[in-house]
Amino acid sequence: MSTASASLEVSGLAFAYPDGHQALFGVDFSIARGERVALLGPNGAGKTTLVLHLNGILSGGVGSVRVAGLPVDRKNMAEIRRKVGIVFQDPDDQLFMPTVREDVAFGPAAAGIKGTDLEERVDRALGQVGMQEFKDRPPHHLSFGQRRRVAVATVLAMEPEILVLDEPSSNLDPASRRELADILRSLDVTVLMVTHDLPYALELCPRSLILSEGTIAADGPTGELLSDDGLMRAHRLELPFGFDPRSVTMGA
Amino acid sequence: MGAGHAHRLYRHGHSPVHALPPHAKLAATFAFVVVVVSTPRAAMWAFGLYAVLLALVAYAARVPAGFLLKRLLIEVPFVAFAVLMPFVAEGERVEVLGMSLSVNGLWGAWNVLAKGTLGVAASVLLASTTELRELLLGLQRLKLPPLLVQIASFMIRYGDVITDEMRRMRIARESRGFEAKGVRHWGVLAKSAGALFIRSYERGERVHLAMVSRGYAGSMPVIDEVTASRAQWSYALALPFAALVVCVLGWTL
Amino acid sequence: MHVPDGFIDAPTSVATGVAAAAAVAVSLRGARRELDERTAPLAGLVAAFIFAVQMLNFPVAAGTSGHLLGGALAAILVGPYTGALCISVVLLMQGVLFADGGLTALGVNITNMAVVGVVVAYAVFRLLVKVLPRTRGSITAASFVAALVSVPAAALAFTFLFWIGGTTDVSIGKVATAMVGVHLLIGIGEAAITALTVGAVIAVRPDLVYGARDLRRPLKLRVGDELVDAPAPAAGQPAAARASRRTLWIGGLVTSLVLAGFVSFYASASPDGLEKVAEDKGFAESAEEHATADSPLADYGVKDIDNARLSGGLAGVIGVGVTVVAGSAVFWAVRRRRTDEGADTSPTSAGV
Repeated sequence: MSTASASLEVSGLAFAYPDGHQALFGVDFSIARGERVALLGPNGAGKTTLVLHLNGILSGGVGSVRVAGLPVDRKNMAEIRRKVGIVFQDPDDQLFMPTVREDVAFGPAAAGIKGTDLEERVDRALGQVGMQEFKDRPPHHLSFGQRRRVAVATVLAMEPEILVLDEPSSNLDPASRRELADILRSLDVTVLMVTHDLPYALELCPRSLILSEGTIAADGPTGELLSDDGLMRAHRLELPFGFDPRSVTMGA
Repeated sequence: MGAGHAHRLYRHGHSPVHALPPHAKLAATFAFVVVVVSTPRAAMWAFGLYAVLLALVAYAARVPAGFLLKRLLIEVPFVAFAVLMPFVAEGERVEVLGMSLSVNGLWGAWNVLAKGTLGVAASVLLASTTELRELLLGLQRLKLPPLLVQIASFMIRYGDVITDEMRRMRIARESRGFEAKGVRHWGVLAKSAGALFIRSYERGERVHLAMVSRGYAGSMPVIDEVTASRAQWSYALALPFAALVVCVLGWTL
Repeated sequence: MHVPDGFIDAPTSVATGVAAAAAVAVSLRGARRELDERTAPLAGLVAAFIFAVQMLNFPVAAGTSGHLLGGALAAILVGPYTGALCISVVLLMQGVLFADGGLTALGVNITNMAVVGVVVAYAVFRLLVKVLPRTRGSITAASFVAALVSVPAAALAFTFLFWIGGTTDVSIGKVATAMVGVHLLIGIGEAAITALTVGAVIAVRPDLVYGARDLRRPLKLRVGDELVDAPAPAAGQPAAARASRRTLWIGGLVTSLVLAGFVSFYASASPDGLEKVAEDKGFAESAEEHATADSPLADYGVKDIDNARLSGGLAGVIGVGVTVVAGSAVFWAVRRRRTDEGADTSPTSAGV
């Protein structure tokens, strides 16, 4: 995992919110190009805070973040935000435009793409998540699973270097969950998936990081981490009843 | 979620009025109301003609009279004000049914009622034939500051989401046996309002994050533009022009 | 309080429309300075909040209930510029989407509720916060008084516009008494709700209350076992702010001049509906009665000037001039206080 080929490099990152609550206490890790990595951790471990550092939305703490070798700072910001596509947990936050089409077009249009190129990007991104026929619908008329898929499309339309998903499986029914997994597997990008849905992590990501109390507590193959009972218990991670990570063949 | 109350007035349809471009409709409605307000109140017949003009538009837009009339109820508080006018206004007085009423006040009441009613009716026609999104595009096209239009569209986009949150908070309060009956419960309600503000503000921050994550740097990319042909403009402006003729006649006759 | 069409005559509607547009332009700039590129989503969400919270019923007694108007609340929570902007947007959308408030009266409504309501509330609030000890209780108390004053102030502003451009010859004293009386009562409710709501927000997220920025403490970070000071967020752009204040001033001055000219032209050159009727009915007679009416403002039809229309026009011009000057003075005072503080409070309420 040399520095040159890393999609993402985080070192010594610490951060506290304006209300005084400190969420990160020195985080270090790196992700190579093309990897699919899960970031696991209990509620309040600082996962979302970490994600917001990846494209420079949060800053002002100490430490550094590099995306494809580029440091995340004010002067690279536009570039960084094109390269890091974040899909937020609540699709209502992500889908802020009046129609699906405009929402998916927002990112590329902000990057200066116009006309037929723009339409093509929108169609391709919606095609990747199977939502073409909802193009002209307002987002609040879609089901939750559909909104989540459109949210993924809004980011894919920007053709990012790394796709960051914050709790992608939350609030999805099993069928929507399955469909989203298929979509994610079909994509050819680096993925960082923040989740506490452990089977989902095992299914999609060969490697996992455990973030606990604002630091990286473990880093290794997902199957091994999930099989380490002591580690799991120490960081309040629990597998669903009857789920045995050793008996699952990974689809990675 | 529901259809959302944020645009209760819109009636889906395919009438010629629905098909007009939104900025032309906005401009026409606004011009019409300005003309109505500028009409001398003594020209009572002119207001009758305005009403006929609006009725024609409503007919063309297939907006039923009942719908239009129901919406006029919004005026009620001001009707009360208008009714008081003849009693409190200054000037010459007349005896009506044994009550001493101010002539000026009567005219004033008539003026407010006639113009206010026509104004509300015109706005209702606009809102019932124009989709929300179109209205926003229309405002944008009419050169309102882009930031203002953006704020308005965020307000519309999230109006439903937030009222929905407010509804859920009420259900949560009521499920725990709380029912606001009087002033002593205001503290609890205000706490809900405060929580709602925090949630709204935080959501605003999250929406902003989602926006900047996709390259937003202060201005919205233009994705759609609305345009109006000359013919469409002339259809839309037929209303205020007809009204203008009536108004001019009102001043000269 | 949404004024419909026809209450205020056309020239005054146009003049207030221009004034409202100028105020919205000023608050757009101000909001931009307060919120940066976060303006659109944050102001949009706050507008949506105001819109929603206006529908929250506060039961009074026996089936009656009140609700929040929100001007003071917006001013205290998000600051005067963003507050005025949000209320303006709510009014605009209510006018266009719900036929709530006349389209021609939009200027009047924005001027009363978004400008006078918000600015008065914020001015009172800041003044009290300066005077009172620096505690959360003072913020709540100041919120109460600010909301209490702002509602009748907006009502008074309406009365004033009604006096200039009202379409009915009602004794202005009576209108003022009635409006202020009724709105003082409404103001008490507004004050209680505003203070309670501000108190509720302060208890949980004091950093979100614009009016309570003074209460913040510097941030500490724990890395490993050490406590480190968080790097101070980059200071704002005071130079740019100063330059833009000058353009703002010049803009405001030009606007008020144009406005004054406009109103005087209309008020004196074109007789409005009221005056035409007055002429038909014999103006002299009613003008005399008018002058003898014993309300303090009824004799504004200046005695020394024979031509009643001209004197009415003059009074209008003077009135508008006074509003503009008073309005800009308040704005200026508030801005000045703000930029003074800008130095020690972090302007990017987080680079967040």
